Amino acid sequence: MSPAPVVLPGEPAVEVPEAAPAAARATRPLYWSVRRELWENRSVHLAPLAVAVFLAVALAVHGATMPSHLPGMLGTDPAQPGSASALYRGMAVLMMAIAFVTGAVYCMDALGGERRDRSILFWKSLPVSDHATVLAKAAVPLVVLPLVTLAALVALHLVLFLLSSAVLPAQGRSVAALWGELHLLSLWPTLAYALAAAALWHAPIYAFLLLVSGWARRTAALWALLPVLALGVLEKLTMDTLHLAAWVTHALIGWYGAAFAPYARERTPFHPLTPLTPGSFLATPWLWIGLALAVAFVLMAARLRRYRAPG
Amino acid sequence: MACIEARGLRKAYGATVALDGVDLRVGEGRILGIMGPNGAGKTTALNAILGLIPFEGELRVLGLDPWAERDRLMQEVAFMSDVAVLPRWMRVSQALDYVDGVHPRFDRAKAEGFLERTGIGRASRVRELSKGMVAQLHLALVMAIDARLLVLDEPTLGLDLLYRKRFYDALLNDYFDRSRTIVVTTHQVEEIQDVLTDLAFIDRGRIVLECSMDEYEARWLEVMARPGAVEAARALGPVHERQSLGRSILLFDGADRREVSALGEVRTPGIADLFVAVVGDGAGQPRGAAR
Repeated sequence: MSPAPVVLPGEPAVEVPEAAPAAARATRPLYWSVRRELWENRSVHLAPLAVAVFLAVALAVHGATMPSHLPGMLGTDPAQPGSASALYRGMAVLMMAIAFVTGAVYCMDALGGERRDRSILFWKSLPVSDHATVLAKAAVPLVVLPLVTLAALVALHLVLFLLSSAVLPAQGRSVAALWGELHLLSLWPTLAYALAAAALWHAPIYAFLLLVSGWARRTAALWALLPVLALGVLEKLTMDTLHLAAWVTHALIGWYGAAFAPYARERTPFHPLTPLTPGSFLATPWLWIGLALAVAFVLMAARLRRYRAPG
Repeated sequence: MACIEARGLRKAYGATVALDGVDLRVGEGRILGIMGPNGAGKTTALNAILGLIPFEGELRVLGLDPWAERDRLMQEVAFMSDVAVLPRWMRVSQALDYVDGVHPRFDRAKAEGFLERTGIGRASRVRELSKGMVAQLHLALVMAIDARLLVLDEPTLGLDLLYRKRFYDALLNDYFDRSRTIVVTTHQVEEIQDVLTDLAFIDRGRIVLECSMDEYEARWLEVMARPGAVEAARALGPVHERQSLGRSILLFDGADRREVSALGEVRTPGIADLFVAVVGDGAGQPRGAAR
């Protein structure tokens, strides 16, 4: 069929275009599903940034109001080499904890929220599969939050260093010596490695919370936490053991012992002399069992979203 | 090929039967209105057509099995339920970006053209818009999707008369082009009587009436009997009789128009009146609740 020129009286000839076969435009459902999560859940990037800003402001105020604390706080005491970075590393620990909590809170509402406000009927009216949707939600704590946290930490460290450089010369101390002590250029890759290790280690927790949020009609947090708590209490009362508690602790912080070798002088994690042990981390059975569980939970969450009648 | 073809479609939730052997055929280019009392199974039927729930029996939509091939089906189907489903946190610009990013048949320029006429700002959030504006936004998104089937579930619920009229005007003038198929459920049946090409009544999980509007006009007629002619009219076997302003109004199925017109004023009944006559007083009794 060729396009037929249509000529109307008094009008110039109009070419009627042939009905174009609805060309499949390239779409990126996964990318846009992640964007959607970040639009809806601004706490994902606001929480780490807010904490970083708060820390920077708090330190600046502290330094300004109590200058005598400054050398101790910045740790530039020649008698204690290496302690300068304790503050920087302590912030990393705090920010990683914030990231974990943010991710867990996000997951607990990720699949329940869209059902509660019925927007699931809108999301499901578009050609985005349940798998893509759930995968995008899982990517928030596993990919987006670690990246945001790393960026916030680097920015915070830089601000703090600039602050120190403004103060230290007045006290007759060398900025170059501080820079040498901080090892920031090796600390940041170390933190990236730590964030990746923690995300993988925590993957089954996030995935479990996602699944519960898809399953529970409301109060997903209670459904996720109470059974674990009840089992732990029951274990203590009946057998007087704390295996479950130890197990939960390992699930939360065990990644550090697996991803880093112990270092004797370490009081704050990520000491520059702490060896990274990616090989033994990847060889930990716990990690792979956890990842297998995470995959199973994500698939179950997608299946639940598909089977449950919306609205 | 029929756009929708259902045979023996059945859906039960536990002991509750929501769809009890539905047979339905909707040709391409038709506008089908589905009426039914609350809990009759309308939404369940639409959910099955949209692949939102598994079902028993046979159902093809655009030649696809909606449950097994949902991801493919949704590229060719658009749907819109009542206005409350657009996420309230979303900005208008985000809605455009998102649908543009995930739907291969979305024409962004077209959606923006529709929005131009409404005065809805790009930066507004859905929660800041009135119900009528949210409906217009949703309609702009849906109409810019080059879908072969559009499903509307109570799309104008809670809208005032002006918005309802504007909604259907836009749908007919800017969207419908005889190659698309539209399925709509609504309680405001009289308003869309002229819009429809086909009509189906559903009650307690079953289709109790299915006809085209051409058949409808040929088949059903209503006579407001003159005071002396009521008995004669009753003798012709009306399917329903009601009183209005002291006059008897009798509804006939397939009566001879000339014969009946001798008894009083004859007209085509409204869908609502026919609905009451066909579905009757037992309507909505729980044999199968919705969902």
